Amino acid sequence: MIVTKELIPPRPAPAVLHRPLTTAKVVGLAVLVLWALLAMALISMVIEGWDPAKFERYGPRYLNGLWTTISLVGVSIVLGALLSLPVAFARMSKNRVLNTISYAYVYLFRSTPLLAQLFLIYYGLGSFRPQLESVGLWWFFREAWYCGLFSLTLNTAAYQAEILRGAIQSVPTGQHEGAAALGISKRVAFWKIILPQALIVALRPYGNEIILMIKGSAVVAIVTVYDLMGETRYAFSRTFDYQTYLWAAIFYLSMVEALRHLWNFIERRLTRHLVR
Amino acid sequence: MSGWLSALFDSLDPFCGPVGIFTWLGGTGLISCGDSGWGDEIAFGVKVTISLALATLPVGLLIGFLIALAAQSEEKLLRLAAGIYTTIFRGLPELLTLFIVYYGAQMLIQSVLAFFGYDGRVEINAFVAGLVALAVVFSSYSSEVLLSAFRAIPRGQYEAGDALGLRRGKTMLLIVLPQLIRIALPGMTNLWLILLKDTSYVSVIGLADIVRQTGVAARVSKEAFFFYFLACMLYLVLAMISSFGLGFIERWAKRSEVSR
Repeated sequence: MIVTKELIPPRPAPAVLHRPLTTAKVVGLAVLVLWALLAMALISMVIEGWDPAKFERYGPRYLNGLWTTISLVGVSIVLGALLSLPVAFARMSKNRVLNTISYAYVYLFRSTPLLAQLFLIYYGLGSFRPQLESVGLWWFFREAWYCGLFSLTLNTAAYQAEILRGAIQSVPTGQHEGAAALGISKRVAFWKIILPQALIVALRPYGNEIILMIKGSAVVAIVTVYDLMGETRYAFSRTFDYQTYLWAAIFYLSMVEALRHLWNFIERRLTRHLVR
Repeated sequence: MSGWLSALFDSLDPFCGPVGIFTWLGGTGLISCGDSGWGDEIAFGVKVTISLALATLPVGLLIGFLIALAAQSEEKLLRLAAGIYTTIFRGLPELLTLFIVYYGAQMLIQSVLAFFGYDGRVEINAFVAGLVALAVVFSSYSSEVLLSAFRAIPRGQYEAGDALGLRRGKTMLLIVLPQLIRIALPGMTNLWLILLKDTSYVSVIGLADIVRQTGVAARVSKEAFFFYFLACMLYLVLAMISSFGLGFIERWAKRSEVSR
């Protein structure tokens, strides 16, 4: 039998432990200070070198360039999506010939640089001028903008075909079998059962592909398309002002970040039935 | 000894050696090796591309590893600093990063030298600028791959290291890193192929890589389609060789896993 003789008197709360200054904290602080210094240096450079005449002269050109970049990327993504459909289905078909051709296309365009593809199309096809004129396609391959659009489309179609194929093949076989067991025709099963599930899988890779295209589209500046990068190079070649590149960086970063957040929102919205 | 070695390398040169592809196919035409053809110039471009990619890889991997360590640390400040780095360099086009590094470094060095009283024109090496820009981009991507690999390693592994009395550094080196490499290898394979393609951008700042050399050849010989197609094929062959080699490394890294 236990008899309590006395109670332990109340004690003060334990002293708050002061977290020691770890190396990680010091390094983190140092790097953050470095970033802040860099940011301040860049901002002061912009403020010191601010020139209203330059702003008036090149500001509208930058906006034009931004619009060119956005339209180029938008159109090539849409056309690439259309072109990627037959490529993806050819890649999944059992036909040997179709399979080989589509595999070669995807492999070729995914493992060579966009810059080399663009040069091949703009300068390379440009050397076949008489032949192109005779088939009436010269107006297309004469314009740098169309050539840029064409090479971006071919490039993104190869990537999108792989995304689509991976997504469709990631849908379990049971879904096909379930649809067949319910007597649903193949076509309806594809549109109503397979594709909706595949597109959710493909959502994130598609977003990444659009971001990659926004960044990749900067190469068209080299073949004299005045997109955002082209306008930046033009402004830099006229003024030798480093600010021009900083403004381009701000534009590109805000485009990419906006798209990333938009994509996160879309993904959360579309997958809310999958959240447990 | 060195003469003997260089003779060996010359005879094994895949482009202009006795069994080289340009010696074989070139004949005395456009891609022959010598003054009449472009074979030796393009072979030089291939060497520049490969050496740039190979030189970028360790630098980018090291920075990427440090960033990944920072991004998974418990310290908020460190995570923030790493987040800023990856957000910026993953959001900028590679071409823009290259220009920013190339002209920015030039200006920075010039202003530092001007501070010390030297007023000359400074030209920085295009190879170094390309290396820095590509390493920065590569590191911000590889940090994401390494970070997800770090997350795939359970806490128990660290705790086991502690229980064995290993120091933090030893735990990292002996326990975590070998597993990390195995998990991160597929992602790294992709990043290497992307890096190989991204080296083409340095042609814009005047480094004599594949695209630059074939471009010069195309302009002089007026055979643009042939030479740019050759450039694409060279990149394709490089990609094939590296995916073959990396597949070999991947199988080697997985040799201790249970085969299913």
